[in-house]
Amino acid sequence: MDADLITQILFAAIKTGTPLLFIALGEVICEKSGILNLGQEGMMLMGAVVGFLAAYTTGSMGLGVLAAMIMGSLMSLIFAVLVLQLGANQVATGLALTIFGTGLSAFVGSGVVGQTIQGFAPIDIPLLSEIPYLGEILFKHDILVYLSFAITIALYFVVNKTRIGLTLKAVGENPNAANAIGIKVLQVRYLAIMFGGAMAGIAGAYMSLVYTPMWVENMTSGRGWIALALVVFASWRIGRIMLGAYLFGLASIMHLVLQGLGWSISPNLLAMLPYVATVIVMVIISADHFKEKLLAPRSLGKPFDPRNMA
Amino acid sequence: MKMKSLLLSLGLLAGASAVQAEDPLKVGFVYVGPVGDLGWSYEHDLGRIGLEEHFGDKVETTYVENVPEGADAERVITQLAKAGNDLIFTTSFGFMNPTVKVAKRFPKVTFEHATGYKRARNVGTYVLRTYEGRYVSGVAAGMMTKTNTIGYIASFPIPEVIRDIDTVYMAAKKVNPDVKIKIVWVNSWYDPGKETDAANALMDQGVDILIQHTDSPAPQIAAEKRGMRSIGQASNMSKFAPEAHMFSVRDNWTPYYVGVAEAVMNNTWKPSDYWGGFKEDMLTIESINPNLPADVKAKIKETYAAIKSGELKPFTGPIKDNKGNIVVPEGHSLTDEELAQVNWYVEGITDEIPR
Repeated sequence: MDADLITQILFAAIKTGTPLLFIALGEVICEKSGILNLGQEGMMLMGAVVGFLAAYTTGSMGLGVLAAMIMGSLMSLIFAVLVLQLGANQVATGLALTIFGTGLSAFVGSGVVGQTIQGFAPIDIPLLSEIPYLGEILFKHDILVYLSFAITIALYFVVNKTRIGLTLKAVGENPNAANAIGIKVLQVRYLAIMFGGAMAGIAGAYMSLVYTPMWVENMTSGRGWIALALVVFASWRIGRIMLGAYLFGLASIMHLVLQGLGWSISPNLLAMLPYVATVIVMVIISADHFKEKLLAPRSLGKPFDPRNMA
Repeated sequence: MKMKSLLLSLGLLAGASAVQAEDPLKVGFVYVGPVGDLGWSYEHDLGRIGLEEHFGDKVETTYVENVPEGADAERVITQLAKAGNDLIFTTSFGFMNPTVKVAKRFPKVTFEHATGYKRARNVGTYVLRTYEGRYVSGVAAGMMTKTNTIGYIASFPIPEVIRDIDTVYMAAKKVNPDVKIKIVWVNSWYDPGKETDAANALMDQGVDILIQHTDSPAPQIAAEKRGMRSIGQASNMSKFAPEAHMFSVRDNWTPYYVGVAEAVMNNTWKPSDYWGGFKEDMLTIESINPNLPADVKAKIKETYAAIKSGELKPFTGPIKDNKGNIVVPEGHSLTDEELAQVNWYVEGITDEIPR
């Protein structure tokens, strides 16, 4: 393996990891507010199909991404109303959202199957893209990849350094206490869920506008689920999510690369790499002495109804 | 149609009454991918539509798409049989065992399974001579590659795929003795994301011609983006890669579906193992890109004609496998039965077949 090939592999790992990064960032914000949304796959598919439809009919990629974001948050709004307003079970509602989104996206997209669009062109960032190796890996992508960099940095600051982040965490850790000090718990959760939906929408748009610029049924092929694992894997930390997304991206293409290089390992074994990586990291996490810090938001998955408050 | 296939898959139509003599022939189709895959399942569905157009009111067709190979397939096939279909086409290799199993329970229903090798009193099989298309692909790829490296995106290590890899390599080597082939297995018939990853991984490693044995047009798009060349699989994929696309080897199932339906209507159907290729127009070469050099275009047409007329048989000895054993002796061309059992790479392919 020469340096050029390694550079190209890492470049591809970032591309493959980007949709995972988008959904996982959305999901982590949602989970930090104490809500577990398993509807990622459904929201992502709806984002992908609506984003593609919008870009295809208007010819504007920007509108495609915007439409995907709106669609993703609308899907998550259904979930939010059921879970927050009606107190439905989060796991069951999330699963239903995935199944609903999978079917609806196939139905909505049946008219544009087989159409293609131009897709986002890569943009070389001046100066930065000329850094040897690093520039090749990081700064020769399309605009959505750069957007994912920006959102990661922004979220890192918002969650860790601002009052908004504190409010979000308070709601997720102890909604009763948060409610007692006057935080509108349901409102925060609504916003967190819809942010998650919008991010899943962009992730879908990334699939249908950039990754394979066309719409095909079920094109996300399980990435929503991988992202859910990724959030746990990253122990709910923004920085680790970014790293984890690229690691998962790398693991999922590595078996293809190694085959091309003529390694005579069973591709079935190689295809397991992402999952093996997950298990290994899970083991490392649970062996950590500072377990306390790594735990999930304490009220994750538990319903909160302000009317029951004493 | 969509609704009907949905109801069928939910089992709501199960138990519908048996067919009367003057009723239309009811024909069911089981697809492994979505009809919108624009590859394998899409072409089978065009075959189904062709069947309807040919017979009009005399046939009534339904299909179930996206059927996973395995236990679900058995359930779907059973429901199609229970719903009163007289003839059922199961269109993927992995439907073989479920088809044979269900056929035992429904002796009055005729089953036709694509690409398999298990037959029964009411189960026939049919397969395309895809290797004929691969031979043309190999010749064109061998002439066009500048890096002397052809990339092959493979699905599952079954005889059909292994046979096609062998053919591409043998044909390419005829016109370009220095050619190498890199093979990547994606373990899926249809996964646009993974097919894109595989295409990029191959191109990262010096491949400049992509041949795919998977069903989505994703590898075409990947080749177009990077200015490489590609050959379309199963359906006409030219519109996905106007510059990159060299030509497509298209499947055409209509003649076969019409023939089988007619035989069932006339009570002349018998189980057989049918092989169709260039000669029967069940495989066609479409949309040869005008941007190819004239000698390549001519060679494509010439090779096609030679195979079609039977003058050129790709698996004619002497052929050695990559361990040095003679697998096809001199003067022998593999019979259909032998072709169905090819499980060796030809001499010169340095990979191992995954087990």
